[in-house]
Amino acid sequence: MGIGNRTFGNTPAWIAALLLLALVAAAPLYAGVYTVILMISVLMYMVIAVSWAFFSGPTGYISLASAAFFGTGIYTSAIFGMVLPMPLVILLGALASSGLALLVGAITLRLKGIYFVMFTFGLVELMLNFILWWEVTISGTTGRVVPPMSNQTVFYSMLGILVVLVLVVFFVRRSTYGLALQSIGENEEAAAHSGVHVTAIKITTYAVSAFFMGAAGAVMATRWTYIDPKIAFNPLICFMPVLMAIFGGMRPLFGPIIGAAIFTYLEQYLITRFPYYYMLIFGAIMVVSILYMPEGLLGLVQKIRIRIREKQHANS
Amino acid sequence: MVTFLDIIISGLLLGGIYAVTAVGLSLQYGVARVLNIAHGEFIMLGAFLTWFLFTTFGINPLVALFISGLILFGVGFLLYRTLFTRLRISAETPGAFEGNSMLACFGLLFIIQNVAILCWGADIKGYSFLAFPVSFWGAKFSANRLVTLLFALVICLVFYLFLSKTRLGKAIRAAAQDPETAGLMGVRINRVLALCYGLGALMAGFGGALISMSYNIHPTMGLEYTMIALIVIVLGGLGSIPGSLIGGLVLGLVGSIVTHVEPGLALVAYYVIFMVLLLVKPSGILGK
Repeated sequence: MGIGNRTFGNTPAWIAALLLLALVAAAPLYAGVYTVILMISVLMYMVIAVSWAFFSGPTGYISLASAAFFGTGIYTSAIFGMVLPMPLVILLGALASSGLALLVGAITLRLKGIYFVMFTFGLVELMLNFILWWEVTISGTTGRVVPPMSNQTVFYSMLGILVVLVLVVFFVRRSTYGLALQSIGENEEAAAHSGVHVTAIKITTYAVSAFFMGAAGAVMATRWTYIDPKIAFNPLICFMPVLMAIFGGMRPLFGPIIGAAIFTYLEQYLITRFPYYYMLIFGAIMVVSILYMPEGLLGLVQKIRIRIREKQHANS
Repeated sequence: MVTFLDIIISGLLLGGIYAVTAVGLSLQYGVARVLNIAHGEFIMLGAFLTWFLFTTFGINPLVALFISGLILFGVGFLLYRTLFTRLRISAETPGAFEGNSMLACFGLLFIIQNVAILCWGADIKGYSFLAFPVSFWGAKFSANRLVTLLFALVICLVFYLFLSKTRLGKAIRAAAQDPETAGLMGVRINRVLALCYGLGALMAGFGGALISMSYNIHPTMGLEYTMIALIVIVLGGLGSIPGSLIGGLVLGLVGSIVTHVEPGLALVAYYVIFMVLLLVKPSGILGK
């Protein structure tokens, strides 16, 4: 599976990935406005899905707090977008998000299994309702305007975030830190006994994953230009990355990327073609993909490959 | 003094509904191991079915409650027999099943909500039933809310007796403790788990029907009730019916007190309680 391997040796996969990146990066030059806007959403979901899988994939802690981190980035952009230059705003959004993740991580990561899931989802709803109340009663507004950036700037910022994220994930996975992270998912107690700083590693990874979600949120706010708590803390953002990562396959680095591309395109396609049945079809696809592809698309491809190889083996 | 009584009683009325929906979710998660994110959608369906039966056929909502509950029981039972049983068998670990079934429920949430919008439109609906005032100790309430509370308490009581006194109830409790051993002891485990999921949907249907008698309903109301039910079962302890009842009443009281002080903050208060509780005592107020 190309980059998923433990060696640098798989050159064709690298060349293919770089070519694809060049093709995507040049998109504003040859593609129409609609395509660029669609690609911004695709890139946004890729960032969220890859960051989600970076933490939840190896550790097995299912976090539904993505929308909280993403929304923190959005709100940072809305508050500081007018006064600070954009790169600083993005950095600030990312830092605010990872600060939140550090806090949440420090108090919750001893929660096991489903309690962690519930807590993270509760966090999103808490932030949504609190900010909603704050805006209505204290500040007297029902939404904020964010200074817009051109589609190209948004596109390249998002692409830049994704590239940095993929590199970070790639190198972390090959390091001893990555191995330690993996060992937490396999057996947390055994990992702790063999000298892995379980809590520190979990919290750091959680913060790194939130860092990129926050950055994506800060960029995305300038694309949407108007935001309110219901847009910023949309529960859909909690579930979509989970689904995308599972659909694509959690283990390979490219799994969540492929899942994000397919699901975002599918969502757009269904919304424009079947506006009345969009949710119905989308939900059915979710259920079916969980039923028949628990290992994800890449897992399915691998299974088919193995089967073909076995058949060839049997014939020879 | 009257306002104090007002707050307490309206809190209990709210709490009764919370309790019924939470008992359902508790059964689905505690025994069938499905964290049913779509629970609120079943509640919504129960509410709409009751509304539909009342406004179209003029069926008394207290009768429609049982009809919509039974319909939802069938839907839930079949869903578990097909979808969730398959997921359970193919999952490598119980943890994987919990994760996958939660995501499948998220898909179901989409499907059910869309079907409801297609059938009944996205508008807010409501009807008037037993809407005359009843007063006691100086506090005035509409009769439908008292009937709601009464029904909620009776439903919880009957359900509790069913689980603690009948053979089937014993099988369910055994399956909750250890599904594999229960299976070895002759409990038909797939059927019992499906029954639990179905009963959870039944309670959601009852809860939804009760909600429709005193509140407005709309197709996207589900998620809020799902979250409230989740909070209640954590408050009362997973899998405990008296716990859910007490948790529901407590949360209803909190909601009504906070609403009295600062109307916009009720949900915020619920989540604060929820998160503090998860951190301090995830086994619930009655847990050991």
